[in-house]
Amino acid sequence: MAQIDRDKLLDIYTRTMKVNRTDEKFRELLMGGKVAVMYYCVRGQELVSAAAMAALEKEDYVVCTYRGQGEQTAKGIPMEKWWGECLGKATGTCKGKGGTMHITDPDTGIMVTTGVVGSGLPIANGLAMASQNNGDGRVTLVSFGDGAANIGGFHEAMNMAQLYKLPVIFLCQNNRYGEHTAYADHTDSPNIATRAAGYGMKGVTVDGNDVHQIYPAMQEAVARARAGEGPTLVEAMCYRMMGHFFGADFSYMPPEHIAEMKAEDPLPKLRKVMLEHQFTEEELDAIVADINAQIDAAVEHALNAPLPDTDEIYKDVLEETA
Amino acid sequence: MAQITMTQALNLAIDEAMAEDAGVFCLGEDVSAKQGGGVFKVTSGLTEKYGEHRIRATPISETAIIGAAVGAALAGQRPIAEIMLMNFVGVCMDQIVNHAAKLRFMSGGQTPCPMVIRTTTGVGVGFGGQHSDMLEAWFAHVAGIHVVTPSNAADARGLMRASIDANDPVIFIENILCYGLKSEDPGPGYRVPLGKAAIAREGTDISLITYGRTVLDALAVADDLAKEGISVEVIDLRTIAPYDEATVLASVRKTGRAITLHEAVRPFGTGAEIAANIQEKCWDSLKGPVRRIGGTFSAVPFASHLEQAWIPQKSDMIAQIKASVGKV
Repeated sequence: MAQIDRDKLLDIYTRTMKVNRTDEKFRELLMGGKVAVMYYCVRGQELVSAAAMAALEKEDYVVCTYRGQGEQTAKGIPMEKWWGECLGKATGTCKGKGGTMHITDPDTGIMVTTGVVGSGLPIANGLAMASQNNGDGRVTLVSFGDGAANIGGFHEAMNMAQLYKLPVIFLCQNNRYGEHTAYADHTDSPNIATRAAGYGMKGVTVDGNDVHQIYPAMQEAVARARAGEGPTLVEAMCYRMMGHFFGADFSYMPPEHIAEMKAEDPLPKLRKVMLEHQFTEEELDAIVADINAQIDAAVEHALNAPLPDTDEIYKDVLEETA
Repeated sequence: MAQITMTQALNLAIDEAMAEDAGVFCLGEDVSAKQGGGVFKVTSGLTEKYGEHRIRATPISETAIIGAAVGAALAGQRPIAEIMLMNFVGVCMDQIVNHAAKLRFMSGGQTPCPMVIRTTTGVGVGFGGQHSDMLEAWFAHVAGIHVVTPSNAADARGLMRASIDANDPVIFIENILCYGLKSEDPGPGYRVPLGKAAIAREGTDISLITYGRTVLDALAVADDLAKEGISVEVIDLRTIAPYDEATVLASVRKTGRAITLHEAVRPFGTGAEIAANIQEKCWDSLKGPVRRIGGTFSAVPFASHLEQAWIPQKSDMIAQIKASVGKV
């Protein structure tokens, strides 16, 4: 088992709980009728995002999807800006013009959040190409689901990244569903990472619920990219514990499978690892309490924030309208 | 001054921009020296100067090409991506329409996307249905993109420099039949601002609004009609979107008559938008309905006489102009 030092474990735990508490809060607001927006739950996938972001440096670039809350909050978008954007407020990362599916925050390295399945991979190549061109040493990570592995752009991007040895990491969060279609109904190969071999690329499949697997895999992929050795396809096996988007019917997800996957829930597993590393229950609870307080304050700020001016629809279309 | 072809003009503009800014680079199929410097030779000689990282020959992967340009632009570079033939843009419309065009707006202005998409097309070279379409209307319909096409070599040099300078995506359409056209070289640093039309020929009886290769037809027709005492003003839009509305409206207010002309098919073409706008804003000045001339509403045929018949005909332009000015 790969060793992860205590400081890094604490870092990963903190990021994981930030993702989890944000997800819980969002669902609470939606269920309470406080907000009515599209939200794509990340319950079950918290650790994958947190471990991936913990393996990157602040300057590194990230491209994520509409289910990108984990990457966005774990990478460190200030909570008030993040909530502001999700609630469509002028104080949001994108002045309320992007929304939950289109969060951009270059200060944090979140360069694109795309609502089009699979389209982030070719863009990640370009960010990595810029880094390769100007030698800035940055790594780009693009996160996507198993469904995205079946669009043409996935294959084009994988081939091009390997051809040019781009400093890019393809992180497939295999959450077993492409929208409402189960993995076995959209793909007839046991996993996605084996596709890497078809491009001459290194590919690994790891348990995304086990910090001792996901974090070292991410670390190694980052090191390879940083060293100029090219891309890696990391497939993190995980499970989307809820429907495609919040409020959607998910009767297509067999209850017995959900029950089975609950046994794999990354959160209790991570807590167990933390306790094994001599963190106390009190320390861990205090971290969560602190995160909850930050989230509550950020939500309060966002709820009270002003709406964008109507004039914003005419702005930022082209440079002359900026 | 020396004469240059449009191919040379584009090459000079790109060369100059690459020399001045290390963030400018080219990518596309067959663009580097190994493959001969581009199918139409526009990037010829640049690999030798700037290396294979800045003249990147790509796989046949249009989505990956445009996606890479988008990503590089977000990171502050100025990519010039080549889509070898305009019909192939269908393969990468998601990257152009959903990403390049919208990322400035959706990010609240944080991530502009300064990139040029060079592409080639044109009717009259026998390429048939899947290599010949003018698809400028597809892009003119999307907010967040400039659509540019030169009709002569000097403009090509100036428009390409301005397109590379632009802080937004530009679709730069090169007509195959224009590559050999020669102009006096306007020299280094020459720029034609985006969004500014040229009055290619002044006239007083009717405004003929066009762009790209059909500017040549319009000028020839204007020459012929001048002999019959009809004075045609020819406007070369140069930038199709957003277009120079002020120049168009001023011309129509002066002449009182207008015809739009393009190689793209007539239904739902950019000429329809311009014609509608003229009728809304120049109604008081108009002496008759605004007419539209465009390509036939079918795929571009292969057989040469069919292909020639598909293109807007000079005889039709003459007939419509005469009908407009009341000299049938």
